[in-house]
Amino acid sequence: MGNMATQTQFHVLAVDDSLIDRKLIERLLKTSSYQVTAVDSGSKALEFLGLNGENEDEERNSSVESVSAADEDHQVGVNLIITDYCMPGMTGYDLLRKIKQSSSFKDIPVVIMSSENIPSRINRCLEDGAEEFFLKPVKLSDVNKLRPHLMKGITTKTEMQSNTNKRKGSEEIQSPDRTRPRYNELEVV
Amino acid sequence: MDRNRLHNQVASMRRSLFDQGYLDDQFIQLEELQDDTNPNFVQEVVTLFYNDSARLIQNIEQALNSGPIDFCKLDDYMHQFKGSSSSIGAKKVTNECTAFREYCNAENAEGCIRSFQQVKQEYAILKRKLEVYLQTVRQASQTA
Repeated sequence: MGNMATQTQFHVLAVDDSLIDRKLIERLLKTSSYQVTAVDSGSKALEFLGLNGENEDEERNSSVESVSAADEDHQVGVNLIITDYCMPGMTGYDLLRKIKQSSSFKDIPVVIMSSENIPSRINRCLEDGAEEFFLKPVKLSDVNKLRPHLMKGITTKTEMQSNTNKRKGSEEIQSPDRTRPRYNELEVV
Repeated sequence: MDRNRLHNQVASMRRSLFDQGYLDDQFIQLEELQDDTNPNFVQEVVTLFYNDSARLIQNIEQALNSGPIDFCKLDDYMHQFKGSSSSIGAKKVTNECTAFREYCNAENAEGCIRSFQQVKQEYAILKRKLEVYLQTVRQASQTA
């Protein structure tokens, strides 16, 4: 039962430089039965994903790390990334862009949070691929909006694992490994 | 007897914190996230807030007192302070932070200094009230 449970549990990567907000989002997500990894910067997020900040487009070729054996050994199964916008160094927007530029991760839904209600900022994030934009402080009602985006991804997983009728084949077929997360090997919060 | 009195005290303190505008709905969110698996969630978050605030207040003091004021840095600190106070539902503190940032944007040093006194004052009041409130909550739960 343990294995089944972990395999169907969604894993969310939360990124926020504020300790309080990290604690909050983590609790909100766990309350919704998501598995959570919380990091304090965009670069740590990329590191966690196994993306080398600079050569995200080449991570499959150049990265020594893992691509050797099954990618799944290193590739973490992240189903959604929720990130703060205002962070020192890499902003949430920068992180969004890097993820969308990555062949392995571009289909992971990304949600941006911000304490500032700036329409041009919100629009830019949404236009560049963010699924949602939450105004802080984030509430449970916001976290409830994540489910449909996570469920979209599960269609892919089902396709990969059971080879049934292809529904929306638009999701990635090119990196199937991503959809076979090995949760028991992950160090999560 | 004791238990009822404490529980009434808790209820009345809580009501007052909201009625007087010290706390807003976000604090209720925190309370709702507390349960048997996370029985001290509110206290944990509030403690983080105290630590964070102490650090930020110190940084802001320093920024205000050392030479020509770097309004960008000030604004950055205050943005963080505002963020965390808003995250715990500290309404008055958040409002004072907003006022401070306006003076920052206007590069009004005098205004910043005055406004910062207000921020510190509201923060001190809230901290005191929250400490007493949460202590009473703890006592009440222990005599349950």
